[in-house]
Amino acid sequence: MDVFLQQCVNAISLGGIYALLALGLAVVFSIVRLINFAHGEVMTVAGYAIWFALLSSVPVAAAIVLGVLVAMLASVAMERIAFRAMRGASVTSLLITSFAVSEIIKVLFQNGITARPVPIVLPAWMSGSINIDFLTISVMSIISITVVILSLIALTLILTRTTLGVAMRAAAEDFPVVRLMGIKANHVVALAFAISGVLAGITAVLWVAQRGSVDPLMGAAPVLKAFIATVLGGLGSLSGAVAGGFVVGIVEVFLQGYLPESIAPYREAISLSIIIALLVLRPDGLLPAQNVNRS
Amino acid sequence: MLAVENLVMRYGPVEAVRGISFKVGQGEIVALLGANGAGKSTTLAAIAGLLKPTSGTVTYNGRPVSGLPPEILSRQGIGLVPEGRRIFASLSVAENLWLGGASHGTAGERRARQNQMEERFPILRERTRQKAGLLSGGEQQMLAIARALMSNPKLLLLDEPSLGLAPQMVERVFDLITSLRDEGITILLVEQNVPMSLAIADHGIVLANGRIAVAGTGAALTRSGKISETYLAA
Repeated sequence: MDVFLQQCVNAISLGGIYALLALGLAVVFSIVRLINFAHGEVMTVAGYAIWFALLSSVPVAAAIVLGVLVAMLASVAMERIAFRAMRGASVTSLLITSFAVSEIIKVLFQNGITARPVPIVLPAWMSGSINIDFLTISVMSIISITVVILSLIALTLILTRTTLGVAMRAAAEDFPVVRLMGIKANHVVALAFAISGVLAGITAVLWVAQRGSVDPLMGAAPVLKAFIATVLGGLGSLSGAVAGGFVVGIVEVFLQGYLPESIAPYREAISLSIIIALLVLRPDGLLPAQNVNRS
Repeated sequence: MLAVENLVMRYGPVEAVRGISFKVGQGEIVALLGANGAGKSTTLAAIAGLLKPTSGTVTYNGRPVSGLPPEILSRQGIGLVPEGRRIFASLSVAENLWLGGASHGTAGERRARQNQMEERFPILRERTRQKAGLLSGGEQQMLAIARALMSNPKLLLLDEPSLGLAPQMVERVFDLITSLRDEGITILLVEQNVPMSLAIADHGIVLANGRIAVAGTGAALTRSGKISETYLAA
């Protein structure tokens, strides 16, 4: 029983991380129809920013804030430099552009810093664990779950209480009409990328804290999972991305925890099969987007 | 107030609009009529900035505006109620109105206008928290018009506002257009309902295959009876 509860905590914590990453992908996709595979590199940029800040003996809290800010700027800059020129292009062209951006950033880190992981040392209390009754819960999972919940609340407030946030939801449905209201397209798109960048930055902090290192490819694996989560949830649907993220995380943790040794190597295959089965049952995703993209 | 000169709109090899010119004077209702595919909606989209003209010019208040983006034109006082209403279905009624006025005036002014809209269209006040997609067709049309009015437009472009509505609702829409004109808003109306449009319009322009087939005052066009011929032939 206690093992099961601990696995639940792990599953929610990992699922929450995937949910935030998937949200970052979905926020951008819902508006500009870009599946941003360079999203993982935004995480990587944040990771190196934290590493660099800690090397320069910046306090941990400040380094974390800096990492998130740098991720936000990196994401907005990516849009400005690479994606804006491609606006309105086909989904395929946009996808290929994002692969190019992703590769360029990876190579820059590999050649500019090093291809090997560099260590990040966080305070010891963060890697500790606490005992509640019969449960042993790592501090990191508690931090993760708290951060994920706070981020989801903050995002909901932005999307329902600010003009640009409401405009973002409207733009996911019908962007030209949002422009007819006098709302600047560039502002809406920039906000989407800024939010996406902050989410990637937050995930990078949680990811790096758990792994204790940064390397040029660190963003690739989680973003692939997040991409699967957005498809599972329904491409372009924000609530779908969150649901998809949690499902992917939960499936991954429970297969890791309960599969017998002998079939453990097939873990990924089994988890993807489960997701394919879910998509067969619900081809539009768990919570499909409402958009009716006219134009 | 608005002058369109030699407007040409081409989509690839297709010429939807082939050099049309017309004027809309301050405080007028001008009806742009014609069959499906005659180029009416394309013309409105060009004036609102949604599409860039292939050639020709659009002048608004004496300044050339062709090729400017829709967000700038909206801020200069051109409002468009698009074909098919295109309300934001997943947003609440209040949020739809909010966005309509978002770039026009202070938050206080926006709330005041929202109040005016809700007085004018009481159904919108009743449904203020409801998702706009749950409204009936007629209610959605009211919302689409109210949303455009939130920006306090000087020139209102209406694209087939009576399409798909019950006869009673159609009458309400035409009454509304007349009263908006009486309040000083200049109106360019695209419609399929020829008799009702000509009844309220100062001028009528009939498009056929991207060209102006007939034009004249609403009364003259109604008397001549030529319209239905041209209109049906197109």
